[in-house]
Amino acid sequence: MSEPTPQKPEDQNSDEAVVAETAKNSETNQDTVRWTNAFREITSGNAVLSLLAVVLAILIGGVLIAFTDSDVQETAGYFFARPGDFFAAIGSAVGGAYLALFQGSIYDFRRDDFLSAIKPLTQTLVFATPLIAAGLGVAIAFRVGLFNIGGRGQIIVGAAFAGYASFAWDLPIVIHVVVAVLMGILGGALWGAIAGLLKARTGAHEVIVTIMLNYVAYYLISFLLRTDLLKNPGSNNPKTPPASETAILQPIFGDGFKLHWGFVLVVAATVLAWWLIDRSSLGFKFRAVGLNPHAARVAGVKVERIYIYVMLIAGGYAGLAASTEVLGTTTSGFTSGVDAGIGFDAITVALLGRSTPWGTFAAGLLFGAFKAGGFTMQASQGIPIDIVLVVQSLIVLFIAAPPLVRAVFRLPQPGARAKKVVS
Amino acid sequence: MTLTKTSEGKSLTGTKIDRRSWKLPIAFAIVSVFSGVLFVGFAEDAPTGFNLSTGSDLIQLPVVHLPALATGIVVTILTALIALGSAFMISQDRTVPKWIPIVGAILALTGFLTWAAADETLRVPELLAGSLVLAVPLVFGALGGVISERVGVVNIAIEAQLLAGAFVSAVVGTLTGSAFAGLFAAAVAGMLVSFLLSVFAIKYLVNQIIVGVVINVLVSGLTGFLYSTWLTDNPEQLNNPEGFSTLAIPILSGIPIIGPVLFKQTLIVYLLYIIVAAVAFALYRTRWGLRLRAVGEHPKAADTVGINVTLTRFWNVALAGAIAGLGGAFITLSQTGQFGKDVTAGAGFIALAAVIFGRWDPIKATLAALLFGFASNLQNALSVVGSPVPSEFMLMLPYVVTIIAVAGLVGKSRPPAASGTPYIKG
Repeated sequence: MSEPTPQKPEDQNSDEAVVAETAKNSETNQDTVRWTNAFREITSGNAVLSLLAVVLAILIGGVLIAFTDSDVQETAGYFFARPGDFFAAIGSAVGGAYLALFQGSIYDFRRDDFLSAIKPLTQTLVFATPLIAAGLGVAIAFRVGLFNIGGRGQIIVGAAFAGYASFAWDLPIVIHVVVAVLMGILGGALWGAIAGLLKARTGAHEVIVTIMLNYVAYYLISFLLRTDLLKNPGSNNPKTPPASETAILQPIFGDGFKLHWGFVLVVAATVLAWWLIDRSSLGFKFRAVGLNPHAARVAGVKVERIYIYVMLIAGGYAGLAASTEVLGTTTSGFTSGVDAGIGFDAITVALLGRSTPWGTFAAGLLFGAFKAGGFTMQASQGIPIDIVLVVQSLIVLFIAAPPLVRAVFRLPQPGARAKKVVS
Repeated sequence: MTLTKTSEGKSLTGTKIDRRSWKLPIAFAIVSVFSGVLFVGFAEDAPTGFNLSTGSDLIQLPVVHLPALATGIVVTILTALIALGSAFMISQDRTVPKWIPIVGAILALTGFLTWAAADETLRVPELLAGSLVLAVPLVFGALGGVISERVGVVNIAIEAQLLAGAFVSAVVGTLTGSAFAGLFAAAVAGMLVSFLLSVFAIKYLVNQIIVGVVINVLVSGLTGFLYSTWLTDNPEQLNNPEGFSTLAIPILSGIPIIGPVLFKQTLIVYLLYIIVAAVAFALYRTRWGLRLRAVGEHPKAADTVGINVTLTRFWNVALAGAIAGLGGAFITLSQTGQFGKDVTAGAGFIALAAVIFGRWDPIKATLAALLFGFASNLQNALSVVGSPVPSEFMLMLPYVVTIIAVAGLVGKSRPPAASGTPYIKG
């Protein structure tokens, strides 16, 4: 396997070139240029393509829902007699599904008062919290050109560390929660650093190592959950004891809402990630290595050391996700399934966010909404939550292949016009 | 570390670098110490039985009893001798024969089994047969991985190909009532997953690892969705495939120990033997294999001599998917009997591990897959007899071994040069 490079849409450079050219041509008016650039970015740039990719994926998800709906299948049997029934059935199946998705994730307008109607939105934020944190871990590693598939393992180890600190130690009220969160970050960071260390020292491919470490972590915690180290002494189930009251991330808006301070931590972590990548000298080295490790080495960057640092940080972010999970969302103890797919979702979140901190934040919110709404959809419409996985993976596939989305929506392909001019 | 090595080499032979590898003696020294502590120090003084025959065998072998403590001592001494002997040979610049590490590994395994199952009887043919059954989907997946990576496309989507094959073979096998139809449909399903991989990786030049990871999620979600909406409503008519029955090959199945293991299997397993042999032969001895490897190692050179790189990659990735799909069919038609959500349970990733551990070679990857199958079945067998090793550590073994392998501690593993890089003509 060769060095994986972070996914770059191949048209980005040409877009930038066009933008730079426009900037040069009208140097006279800085403001106009800025506005033109912004307009270009929005209409022809990545934002519209991302939106179209989401629309396309949701459309395909709708086809799947319609296809498997029993009413639709029934009305299709007499389609030529009464085609109206068929389309009505599709409408009610797909419409009902996506309405439930909306009601479960953003605003439930069937409720009487505003506070309970807005509750789904807070639920979205709860689901988004670990996704954003773990997604940032993947995104930061991406910027160095490392593909961190080890979110799952890092979350598991982080959860074990944070969980252990939360029920085994007895600390004063504020200190306990801080220590427990930090322990989670430490656990994830250590597990991530193994892959970084192996990459730096032996050149072992981080994709393979992180995938394998996921399983090692899973079996390790399965074993620990059978021992007294993590198992609740009072029970035979492989489950940890609940976190102490002092170690819990408290709800922000009181007990009626599940949204806890973990979300605030994650917002702060996003700011930190932005500062780290875009403003710090370490982040500059990160990006330099990501763009061209050989050039970075020539320029004096210790590339091996950067691999270790970035995997420490990436693992730390996954560990933060684990901390918010076991100290905020499910405080009643956890099993070996603590990761609950977050580690893999994090990859799609980072890809959708194009590996930028705020892009990842937005993508995490979107996928959090899908998750929150998906459970409502499953409960009220009987549509399995797996559809969310399908839609999410389709979004990422479409975003990774801009020419495909352009072809589907009949948008002009960049470069096509330039070629004509040349010939 | 490299610095001292180089300077040492220079002082000894002038400009040449010391190429002698001390990994083998060091590994066996560790094994010897380990065995001394564990198999001798913590041994139960009770005999371990090895039952070498199944009840229905023509030739019945007696049950072999090995005393645990004495075996531990013998294994410790012999592995120490191997360590010293190989160290001596390396210091004399002689190559260590290949059979020495193999004999050493068998010794260490015997010592381990005798120690772990002390005072019990292990049924060896059942242990090996179970290993083979667990390894079959891994071997199919690993072969798919080898072909795909050798032609230059990284195949992280083995898991998806297995899962698609498992799902489709269950549905088609039930609808048609024919296991053959299910098997064929599984190959087609694996191929379709490959088409998806090819379209994004070869046509749209998306990073192959990303496509692979995303396809895994997509297929897991798709099969999970269809399973929950369709198959659970009507399991009798959609998810109840007819399996293949066991076929014993007349004379070969009468061979003691390996006969019932290798030649009392279902049709898919025999198909696997043929495919492994065919791929291993064709990859190195036919025009197809040469072209495939050329495209994977140096696509530009292959293009220069008139090989269509894109098409070669496309069809060989499709072939890889078809083979991996067969492995999925084996899971539903022979192992579980029906499709369940995420029934492959990470087998695709172990297959990927086998590809790397087997250094992108069909035979070595097959052996690696068999080893991983053995490790997970050993865990089952030992948990029955009550072993001192926690089962989780046995299950962890394939993954740890792979990490050690990619870290280069077992020997340098080098992937095909162009694997993972899209080819743009021009």
